[in-house]
Amino acid sequence: MSAAATLPSLTDAIALGLTDSEYELICEKQGAPPNILELAMYSLLWSEHCAYKHSKKLLRTLPTEGPHVVMGPGENAGAVDAGHGLVCAFKVESHNHPSAVEPFQGAATGVGGILRDIFAIGARPVAVLDSLRFGELGGPGSARSRYLLDGAVSGIGHYGNSIGVPTVGGEVYFEGPYEQNCLVNAMALGLAPREALVRSAAAGPGNAVVLFGASTGRDGIGGASVLASAELGEDDDKRPTVQVGDPFEEKKLLECSLELLELGLLVALQDLGAAGLTSSASEMASKGEVGIDIDIAAVPLREADMEPFEVMVSESQERMLCVVEPRNVDAVLEVCEKWEVNGAAIGAVTDTGRMRVLRDGELLGDMSVRALVDDCPLYDLDPVKPTAALYPPPAATLSADASPQESLLALLASSNIASRRPLFEQYDSIVGSRTIRRPEQADAAVLALPDGSALAVSIDGNGRRVAADPRNGTIATVLECAANLACVGAEPLGTTNNLNFGNPEKPHIAWQLTEAVAGLGEACRALAAPIVGGNVSLYNEGATGPIYPTPVIGMVGRLPDGRRAGRLGFLNAGDGLALVGPFAPSQPASELAKLRGHVLPDGLPPVNLPDAVAALAAVREAVRSGALSSAHDVAEGGIAVALAECALAGRLGATVTLGDGWWEALGAPGEDGAPNWPEGARDAALFGEGPAGILVSGPEAGLRSLAAQTHVRLIGHVGGECLRIALDGQDLIDASVEELAEAHAGGLKGYFA
Amino acid sequence: MKFGVLQFPGSCDEVDALEAARMVGEAELIWHRDRDLQGADAIVVPGGFSYGDYLRAGAIARFSPAMESVIEFAREGGLVLGICNGFQVLCEAHLLPGALLPNVNLRFTSRQVRLDVVAPDTAFTSACPPGRQLSIPAKHSWGRFHADAETLERIERDGQVVLRYAQGENFNGSVGDIAAVSNETGNVMGLMPHPEHAVQELTGGSTDGLSIFQSIRLAAERVAA
Amino acid sequence: MRARVLIRPKAGILDPQGVAVERALPALGFDGVENVHVGRLIELDVAEEGQLQPMCEKLLANPLVEDYEIQVLG
Repeated sequence: MSAAATLPSLTDAIALGLTDSEYELICEKQGAPPNILELAMYSLLWSEHCAYKHSKKLLRTLPTEGPHVVMGPGENAGAVDAGHGLVCAFKVESHNHPSAVEPFQGAATGVGGILRDIFAIGARPVAVLDSLRFGELGGPGSARSRYLLDGAVSGIGHYGNSIGVPTVGGEVYFEGPYEQNCLVNAMALGLAPREALVRSAAAGPGNAVVLFGASTGRDGIGGASVLASAELGEDDDKRPTVQVGDPFEEKKLLECSLELLELGLLVALQDLGAAGLTSSASEMASKGEVGIDIDIAAVPLREADMEPFEVMVSESQERMLCVVEPRNVDAVLEVCEKWEVNGAAIGAVTDTGRMRVLRDGELLGDMSVRALVDDCPLYDLDPVKPTAALYPPPAATLSADASPQESLLALLASSNIASRRPLFEQYDSIVGSRTIRRPEQADAAVLALPDGSALAVSIDGNGRRVAADPRNGTIATVLECAANLACVGAEPLGTTNNLNFGNPEKPHIAWQLTEAVAGLGEACRALAAPIVGGNVSLYNEGATGPIYPTPVIGMVGRLPDGRRAGRLGFLNAGDGLALVGPFAPSQPASELAKLRGHVLPDGLPPVNLPDAVAALAAVREAVRSGALSSAHDVAEGGIAVALAECALAGRLGATVTLGDGWWEALGAPGEDGAPNWPEGARDAALFGEGPAGILVSGPEAGLRSLAAQTHVRLIGHVGGECLRIALDGQDLIDASVEELAEAHAGGLKGYFA
Repeated sequence: MKFGVLQFPGSCDEVDALEAARMVGEAELIWHRDRDLQGADAIVVPGGFSYGDYLRAGAIARFSPAMESVIEFAREGGLVLGICNGFQVLCEAHLLPGALLPNVNLRFTSRQVRLDVVAPDTAFTSACPPGRQLSIPAKHSWGRFHADAETLERIERDGQVVLRYAQGENFNGSVGDIAAVSNETGNVMGLMPHPEHAVQELTGGSTDGLSIFQSIRLAAERVAA
Repeated sequence: MRARVLIRPKAGILDPQGVAVERALPALGFDGVENVHVGRLIELDVAEEGQLQPMCEKLLANPLVEDYEIQVLG
């Protein structure tokens, strides 16, 4: 049956996620109502997932340029200068909806997809990180959260371990609003010689278009694209369209792609992701301002009876599309044969500016590339700050009467703070022999470069704090990411982000998104860490409401000497201990507030960005100079938890006095760093959270030189087998490192038995 | 002294093994379709997931042309080291006794482990510091060494058990805490932990793995002399 | 000719997958379950029945740790 035999109607268009006016616009662009194939292709390219129609205008406000940027947004991945002729390509991408349907394959193919983005620009992937969010692990509804957690972690491990790319870091949080919509964001980094980078713009009419990799099946038809724009209900019917990942195929595809590029056989390269051939071919044509003809009869199929539209929209994994000069096609297919990868010339570049789909010469679809890729209408958001709380308070799990010591142990054992060892032990973090800092050794992962320098990378998000204050919460998230780099001695080179939000057509979600993007831009400008790429995942809401607004930030930095990479664990008994930065802790929206079942506050205290940035720079320089023994960002659970984490990583205790003398600055820049204590000062001092606090230890001389640069408060010294914390002369905490370790190690262990 | 490091589709740790071998001698990669071992004095069958490990870890790789040459090389007394997936391949090829089964915890597990050198005088351990444990990373999901009672008795008696997981380190459930075994003639050894990932202080957590490669070099030089 | 090969762990070999399933079933309310073993199923078309046994010995199964059973489906 020819695809043009029966024309689809407006109803079909709406079922595919288009609006009335979008359908009318398509008819106008086509000069006639589109046939099934054309409508399917338009509906995918005009989906939120491909066209960013509710976010593009906001994204245009972000800083994307800087001295280190080699390739900015718009390519498969961004790239920054890593020194000595090397560039680092990196990007984060979400696979939230597929993971909510089938966590193992959803997460696995998420990793596969982001790795293809990296090698599509000619870089060899060298690291994966992941950022995960699930519902609570205890209480009603938690069985599904545990299933999703286990599946996603196994899937990430399965893919990364098998393909030989180390998973070097990541984060995982558990909060009620993610119960219906888990978040699975994966980030990858790759390295390439600067001159080896390749773009995806098709060029040269008459050149061949070659598809290589796995054969094309019915998997994921309408997958990411349709799923990504519908609020996910409770039904499990979507399972049959799940894409299945094959890391072995991808490993061959990776080696094959890099060999093709090294031999200089390709004009352009692009991976196939959401919307399959439709998206990759159209985008290659659009970037090169050319046309492409695809002969679907030449596409190697897994099932012979596939409809033309199925071939064009299939999201079968592990496929790449390239443009090749005709004289090189045989050589390309030979390299494919060497790596036991299917390769087939399936079309040609034209000068028509049209995307045409043929089958053995019969024209099945004919669309303007510009209409497909560039003419999707972009929408303005209608942001309105909500007048009432959007999120119900969490169930209290810790009594307000708990002693400071009981609170500390409860926090260490809580799912958001407990040791991630049960997860990261399922990942190969060392293959490739670049990993200088493994998980739980430092705040950021550190990867050795051939010239003795090193890259540092961190991925962070904090949905609860962004929910409390989208702008300041996002600024704090970016600062945390930068602080993690500073703690290993790295200077930011560039940033990637994944904006995970609810339905942007709702005014309060539009407000969250608008505020968060404003904060993101502000913080990245202040840190000179421009955005080089990213991804947006909207409509993350279910029957129980939206997720916490969750911008996930990935940042890559560089340090000149890998041997001097900072570590988080205490190292030497007798070292002084200091808190660095304009840290002003407060209890609302903290982990302690969550354990106590507090409702989210309306707003967070603002941070002085220039002061925060200066503090990070000072810590970075001190780490680089070798003046410090340890450095650790104060995050969830405040100073007490940060101290415990340093003690656990170094298996060494500390004695700390807060209060009297805890504001004693060793020198400049004066007394303005002291915050005003709110009510509940004791809890805020011990467990309060806020950006721009870094806990460092080291010889006194090192701390003194740091104090000449920024706010430094001496709070104690390292040593012994216990963590002792006194506040205003009162001993509040005295716990052995063993006791802390037991609480910390046990929190998540039981979920992976 | 030259090492040849096999490369299968799906190998992951071959470049790490190549670089580790180059710290003690020359080393080249050998593509799985090549029968020519390029005059190597010792062969390393590296870790990874050869052919996706889809049927059974190592089951398909062992029939590759390069492995056929390695089998012949081993039968003539050539030195062969199998690491992780390479250990699985050598067992499948019957160059080593026993088999590798899924970890008891059924999960891929990545952990720095301590190993006791049970047989310090082999071609693979002679350079290990006497009386000291090795600290080497292990990372696998199919690492539980198994042999039937009779085989086990024989390999224990004949000194074919080369390395054992130290107390508390046997996370995969290997019988007799066995981490490495050799063949009867002592020229082939397989182990699950990855010595090639413990050759540099900066990235390896220790340099204990280097002594395995140094031992091979010494053994190869003895053969040549 | 269509054939099916069933591969299972040899008796007496620790089968952690089987153990995991055996533990999971009572948790779902299926009592009285024992002797669970998890194996593999391979279906294939072959030219001659006689090829099947050497295939199993050489590649499809590892006779050191696995038993196999050949079923010819016709």
